[in-house]
Amino acid sequence: MDNLAKKYDKKSFERILKNEKVQTDVVYKGISFWKDVGLRFYQNKGALIGLILIVIIVIMAFVGPTMNKHTYKSLETEHLNLPPRIQGIENLGVFDGEINGVNVYQEKGLDDVYYWFGTDSLGRDIWTRVWVGTQVSIYIALLAVVIDMFIGMGYGLISGYLGGKVDVFMQRFIEILSGIPNLVVVTLFVMILNPGILSISLALVITGWIGMSRVVRSQVLRLKELDFILASRTLGASTSQIIIKDLFPNIFGQVIIMSMFSIPKSIFYESFLAFIGLGLQPPMASLGVLINDGYKSILVYPHMIISPVIVLAILMLSFNLLADGLRDALDPKMKEH
Amino acid sequence: MFKYIRNRLIISIVTLLVILSVLFLLLDLMPGSPFNDEKLSEDQKGMLYAKYNLDKPLHIRYFTYMKNVIFKGDFGESYTIQKNVPVSTLLKDRLPISIRLGIQSLLVGALIGVLFGSVAAINKNSGWDTFTTVFSVLGISVPSYVFALGLSYFLGYKIHLFPFTYDIYKPLESSVLPTIALSMFVIATVARFMRTELVEVLGSEYILLAEAKGLKTRKVLIKHSIRNALIPVITVLGPITVSLLTGSLVIERIFGIPGLGDLLVTAISVNDFNVVISIAFFYSMFYIAMMLIIDVLYGVIDPRIRVAKGEQNG
Repeated sequence: MDNLAKKYDKKSFERILKNEKVQTDVVYKGISFWKDVGLRFYQNKGALIGLILIVIIVIMAFVGPTMNKHTYKSLETEHLNLPPRIQGIENLGVFDGEINGVNVYQEKGLDDVYYWFGTDSLGRDIWTRVWVGTQVSIYIALLAVVIDMFIGMGYGLISGYLGGKVDVFMQRFIEILSGIPNLVVVTLFVMILNPGILSISLALVITGWIGMSRVVRSQVLRLKELDFILASRTLGASTSQIIIKDLFPNIFGQVIIMSMFSIPKSIFYESFLAFIGLGLQPPMASLGVLINDGYKSILVYPHMIISPVIVLAILMLSFNLLADGLRDALDPKMKEH
Repeated sequence: MFKYIRNRLIISIVTLLVILSVLFLLLDLMPGSPFNDEKLSEDQKGMLYAKYNLDKPLHIRYFTYMKNVIFKGDFGESYTIQKNVPVSTLLKDRLPISIRLGIQSLLVGALIGVLFGSVAAINKNSGWDTFTTVFSVLGISVPSYVFALGLSYFLGYKIHLFPFTYDIYKPLESSVLPTIALSMFVIATVARFMRTELVEVLGSEYILLAEAKGLKTRKVLIKHSIRNALIPVITVLGPITVSLLTGSLVIERIFGIPGLGDLLVTAISVNDFNVVISIAFFYSMFYIAMMLIIDVLYGVIDPRIRVAKGEQNG
């Protein structure tokens, strides 16, 4: 090595291209990767609409509960089962507090009372409960992303990059873990820890990252054989440097896409568990809890179920649209034709 | 190929045993007891525990339980739902109902999905294509229980087209609405996948060749395009099975179908361990079997995968 270093010191290499201008393309302006992604994203109307709706829903989830004086668990025994009624709009014939042509508010002598989404069978304000419930969905969405980003990506990177026995062992572990249906894992946690946000979170932590780790692993397996990694290693980069500086930027797009798609899945999961009574328990509110409450009186008071269902459907639809748009923007090769 | 299937079988069996053990041990650790009646004195509780062998040390119960399940298929007796009735008896009536509903939804969904996806891909960028895209985004986004609620409210309650709740004496009629609700997600997923795949196949060179050598359009479509596009579609059947399992839980509740999911929810709320373990085990078994079938099927259909996977695993 020393001999070689002596023989080829810095002076023995000579720079051929001395003029920088030779390399610049004058016909097309250079666009950075992220700028390119941004441009493609903005052209996708569906994804933009999704993003805007998500922003609106997130803002409403935190502002909505403060917009009137009710809290998510305040009971008004006088105000049971009231239909929706909104100031101003009531003159148009919708949201006017009528059920089958009878104005329930006037009948009860509540002329100045307005419940924008109506009240439930215990006299709680559905408007407040819907937005408080949406907060739970947002929490679940964030949790899903964090799990995907940290556990899923970390596991896949290590398993794929180290390879060999470690990889075999880690993959067998995943194979067994993924053989257990999510439903069974959740069932177990619900039975051991009692229904609630903690058991849902833990169940997501246990099972949510498997898909991500598989994608990351297969990407790493493909990338680590490529020449630029070899070049890095030849230049003396350490394992952590290669993982962070060379592998990570190349799989980041995939990671974002995967975690975006896991958001609507997790939101659905929470609401579904709440609906069958294994999720959050009343008086706590989540969209699933509200749908479950409304379902009990769907035949008499359909208004109770409509607002949480619509918010849930819009939220999931927007996240799906956003994920689709991001996939097309980040990875144009995968774009559906 | 044989080696590959054998390896997969071994992994599946190990997985099932691990699942069963984990289920048993975890449920044993949980704080609740199946005998929560306040009227029971300590002595009576002791007698009940002795009767169900719950007073023995953990490892003895564990091995007895595993032995009973593996060699006799005996999952013990129900503690609370129907006292002293073997779990297998409880499951016997419910299993066929759930399985039939699942298979019905899978078949209906897959067939309609393939049809929708193919028509959309063949008439790319037409109104039908847009409709399919919108439909599949909606089908994936809107939870199946929302569909179920809507269907039962409008078609069942408002215009009485189909029974509002499940009627065991009219299994066909009353399973129409649940099947539609469950298969919505299947249709959406399959249609979306089918469209993407078929568009890619139709743009490939071997289709151009088939057309250039003068084959009829219909033959090109059926024999060369759709058949090849179907191969990757099989992979989505795995996730679909999972969603059918979870979906069935809610659907069974909404329509009052006396199936497995309904029993599971009840059993969880009354701490009936043996019933919970057995249903969870059935779900796992179904899921693992499905994954195994998909993997093997994939190898049979696509020789390239077979070779690659055989090398990787053998």
